[in-house]
Amino acid sequence: MTELERHAYDVVVIGAGGAGLRAAIEARQQGLRTAVVCKSLFGKAHTVMAEGGIAAAMGNVNSHDSWQVHFRDTMRGGKFLNNWRMAELHAKEAPDRVWELETYGALFDRTADGRISQRNFGGHEYPRLAHVGDRTGLELIRSLQQKIVSLQQEDHAETGDHESRLKVFAECTVTELLRDGDKVSGAFAYWRETGRFVLFEAPAVVLATGGIGKSFKVTSNSWEYTGDGHALALRTGASLINMEFVQFHPTGMVWPPSVKGILVTESVRGDGGVLRNSEGRRFMFDYIPEVFKDKYADNEAEADRWYTDPDNNRRPPELLPRDEVARAINSEVKAGRNSPHGGVFLDVSSRLPAEEIVRRLPSMHHQFKELADVDITKEPMEVGPTCHYVMGGVEVEPDTAASSVPGLFACGEVAGGMHGSNRLGGNSLSDLLVFGRRAGAGAAEYVRSLGDKRPVISESDVDGAAARAVDPFAEGGTGQQENPYTVHTQLQQTMNDLVGIIRRGGEVEQALTALEELKQRARNVVVEGHRQFNPGWHLAIDLRNMLLVSECVAKAALLRTESRGGHTREDHPRMDPDWRRQLLVCRAEGDGVSVTAKDQIPLREDLMALFEYSELQKYFTTGELAELPAKES
Amino acid sequence: MTAGTTAPGRARINARTLRTDRWWVQPAVTVLVLVAFIIYATVRAFANGDYYAAPYISPFYSPCLAANCVPGSSEVHLLGSWWALSPALLILVFPLGFRLTCYYYRKAYYRGFWASPPACAVAEPHGKYTGERRFPLVLNNLHRYFFYIGLVFNVILTYDAVIAFRDADGNWGHMGMGTLVLLANAALLWLYSLSCHSCRHAMGGRLTHFSKHPVRYKAWTLVSRLNTRHMLFAWLSLFGVALADLYVALVASGALLDVKFF
Amino acid sequence: MGYKARFRVWRGDDADGDLHDYTVEVNEGEVVLDVIHRLQATQAPDLAVRWNCKAGKCGSCSAEINGRPRLLCMTRMSTFTEAEIVTVTPMRTFPVIRDLVTDVSYNYQKAREVPAFRPPEDLAPGEYRMQQIDVQRSQEFRKCIECFLCQNTCHVVRDHEDNKTNFSGPRFLMRIAELDMHPLDTHDNRAQEAKEDHGLGFCNITKCCTEVCPEHIKITDNALIPLKERVADRSYDPLMRLFRKPKK
Repeated sequence: MTELERHAYDVVVIGAGGAGLRAAIEARQQGLRTAVVCKSLFGKAHTVMAEGGIAAAMGNVNSHDSWQVHFRDTMRGGKFLNNWRMAELHAKEAPDRVWELETYGALFDRTADGRISQRNFGGHEYPRLAHVGDRTGLELIRSLQQKIVSLQQEDHAETGDHESRLKVFAECTVTELLRDGDKVSGAFAYWRETGRFVLFEAPAVVLATGGIGKSFKVTSNSWEYTGDGHALALRTGASLINMEFVQFHPTGMVWPPSVKGILVTESVRGDGGVLRNSEGRRFMFDYIPEVFKDKYADNEAEADRWYTDPDNNRRPPELLPRDEVARAINSEVKAGRNSPHGGVFLDVSSRLPAEEIVRRLPSMHHQFKELADVDITKEPMEVGPTCHYVMGGVEVEPDTAASSVPGLFACGEVAGGMHGSNRLGGNSLSDLLVFGRRAGAGAAEYVRSLGDKRPVISESDVDGAAARAVDPFAEGGTGQQENPYTVHTQLQQTMNDLVGIIRRGGEVEQALTALEELKQRARNVVVEGHRQFNPGWHLAIDLRNMLLVSECVAKAALLRTESRGGHTREDHPRMDPDWRRQLLVCRAEGDGVSVTAKDQIPLREDLMALFEYSELQKYFTTGELAELPAKES
Repeated sequence: MTAGTTAPGRARINARTLRTDRWWVQPAVTVLVLVAFIIYATVRAFANGDYYAAPYISPFYSPCLAANCVPGSSEVHLLGSWWALSPALLILVFPLGFRLTCYYYRKAYYRGFWASPPACAVAEPHGKYTGERRFPLVLNNLHRYFFYIGLVFNVILTYDAVIAFRDADGNWGHMGMGTLVLLANAALLWLYSLSCHSCRHAMGGRLTHFSKHPVRYKAWTLVSRLNTRHMLFAWLSLFGVALADLYVALVASGALLDVKFF
Repeated sequence: MGYKARFRVWRGDDADGDLHDYTVEVNEGEVVLDVIHRLQATQAPDLAVRWNCKAGKCGSCSAEINGRPRLLCMTRMSTFTEAEIVTVTPMRTFPVIRDLVTDVSYNYQKAREVPAFRPPEDLAPGEYRMQQIDVQRSQEFRKCIECFLCQNTCHVVRDHEDNKTNFSGPRFLMRIAELDMHPLDTHDNRAQEAKEDHGLGFCNITKCCTEVCPEHIKITDNALIPLKERVADRSYDPLMRLFRKPKK
């Protein structure tokens, strides 16, 4: 029997970002003993990187806003591939979740009458993003963290122990979920600090592990984003959907190499920044797609007038949706019109007075000054697309966040469906709160329904999990020994080059061959040293997850022969209404994955009625439209 | 001796600091300048002479409250002729107290004289540290009272600068280099006092709802702006006082002739 | 462009450890964390370092570079000469776990000892009304990324292990200031608690916390000194006692 530390909880939440913490708060408030297990320190989650704000139709700045408008914007943004029930719940509940944060002590920026201020953002019809300067994610994490501390203080007052009902296991990595029959029975983990194993006996597990960005070379994501939750779900028998949809943010830093991928906020363009190629040309005018021709200016004069007179002029094409801008930059670079370090120029210095730039974009000014030694008030920035967010994730029941495996729940970026093929800025933080709470509640409900009949953990499963965890230390095997850093670097290069922002059938096939080879090599990874805080070992374990999830992305990308949102196929550039009805579902099979198509659930009639017929025509098949009640066009 | 950076469990590094820059320069300069000032001020305070050169009075001796003050230097003599020492000793305790309890000077002398700490991330040489929780350092909490008294002194020294627009015979319409010196001294003292942390607190810092006190908020905002330069004003006003005294002393002793503008 | 830099990195654990010398490639535009990562990938695969966002936003990669508390990800190599030896050690105030990773649980313990925000009982969620000028002071303190560099550099605990019991450190005294200035917090005697339970009196305002703060929060001037003044209102100022109205 494996020597390990054992803990019994009602609910184990994996991940301590916005979704995980909100889920834990909910489960604890419903009276369940809850553990949060996270790879980093408490309060360091990737949520802190979110800058813009939390989208919620509170109508504080424009009273015309409502959940219906927010719902419409979300569906449009996702090109109607979204799980409509999730989008509906999200739009309806987001305001309550934001107001709740204030009761935890959050301090948002205010309107003149003392309400929460809201700002404009791409794709949102009205000013909708609750924010604190450009550090909204930090405020969200800190507020949730402090709420957890406050619950622990209550528990301490009652039981004498801060951690009697809610405990955070920081710097602890879950490597496997355990099952009893088809039901979740617990989680197997190791302490990063000591390398010692931990076993959580728990009938309910909430995945809140975030995204998969570390499989790509250029990414705005941190090292934690290795698709752990996606992979755990697959191995436990749950399915993933929409994995082909990966959002590339058009403007990440490209220089210096150490910060390549770090985000340059959309506000730079919103405040007047323009994109130029090496020839000095504002190339975005060459990339306005047909469907947007009536909304975007086709000449510089009109575009420049928009900033002061948005009612009588069309928007500058720099403000096209993220996917369009990212593709345009990509094309310019491929055509050789790139900046010295392989990006394009984003220039705000020639557009606004220096003090105005510092006032409006303080953190960008600071970021470039500190990290790149570039003064954005004097010279242009160099930017290029960076992997930012995965729309795909665990297929869940919208109301309870339950996956198809009993006892397994998922929320936040690791859950799929909510954002369809493309996420709007600001919808991520609200997603975390709305579905974090629902997952916590869903898990609580499930645990109560079990009564005394809790699943049990089999000791042989534990022994197996322990053996697999220390496998990278074992030398031997057949092939040549591999260094985990090298395999990881090659995986990132492969995904970036072959399954990146623009995809071609042949290249994706090449990627699949390469992934197969990397999978073999990953088996021969050997790490040096011992188990105490050993980064090589940690990477070796995360690498398995990245490989599994990358295979999902590549296989789904190969199957979907259309271009939509975060999935662009150069060989199938059109958006195809038939594909809108199809979800690609990824499941574990053997030591890899299989991807199959599945029908999308039809949009509920009253929600369908929120859209103009002419708009639906762009996305739905003639067959689907024929079933609609007759409407005037 | 309590364990510092060598306490059990911490990384075994014996060096007091691994800083490679000249971290000792700043505390050393602080000590040098303050010691120089203290010596000068002590000598001048006990000198009991050369502090009045009509119409200028040295800030070290104003207000001159004893009967033994030189004629013309003051009108109010609170103390009788029994006071035989230098009249400066009667009053200097107040500005001294203001500066000793000042939030900036505290930093300067804790670092410079007491090496607690000498510089950031440089171990201090003391075995025990109790901070400002006990006598006498707990008295630093009385800073606000010294601030209030300091304001009275500012008024008096401003008055001294104003009456320096009269000539030696008391007729208005005079201005000399000494007038400028006393004006500058008064201005720097005002800047130093108004940028004080206790002043900032009294103006509005103690409020929770600025929005309900617009005037105090405005005042707090102004003081806050000055407060960011409190260190600068602390030094400038210190030099200002010493230089003003020196100027008066030189003129009074006849070593220097006051430049007269009109 | 690239050059070979000389690095001296502390390696070890709570039992023993030493500075190890490395010669490692440095390229244009890199920060110290990049070089540490290169060491991991090429020479010392088990070199332990804690990091996350690599953009100065999460506060994970706190350490000491040439003796100064810094974030590894925000220290550019161009601030050193090519000949200079760059010494990297873990934070020296907290127990070391391994190499550059320290046990920062002291901070989480102190965080728990600060009474949480106490919301007004008569306001439902959504009914909170606060003016921007009333929240902006606390907002400055909420920029804190909890890198704990201020806790690390504060001599009260850095040089005196025994003070850890009674002193919460700049980060959490600032947290108390934040809550005390929160327009809707209804917990009444935070300043008093700062003095009695969290050791505000230990602070001798020598400003090292402010000097090292990567977020450039004016911890001393805007949080600690105002808190000391609030304590003075209650404990050291008989006049204020006469005039004091109950809070809110």
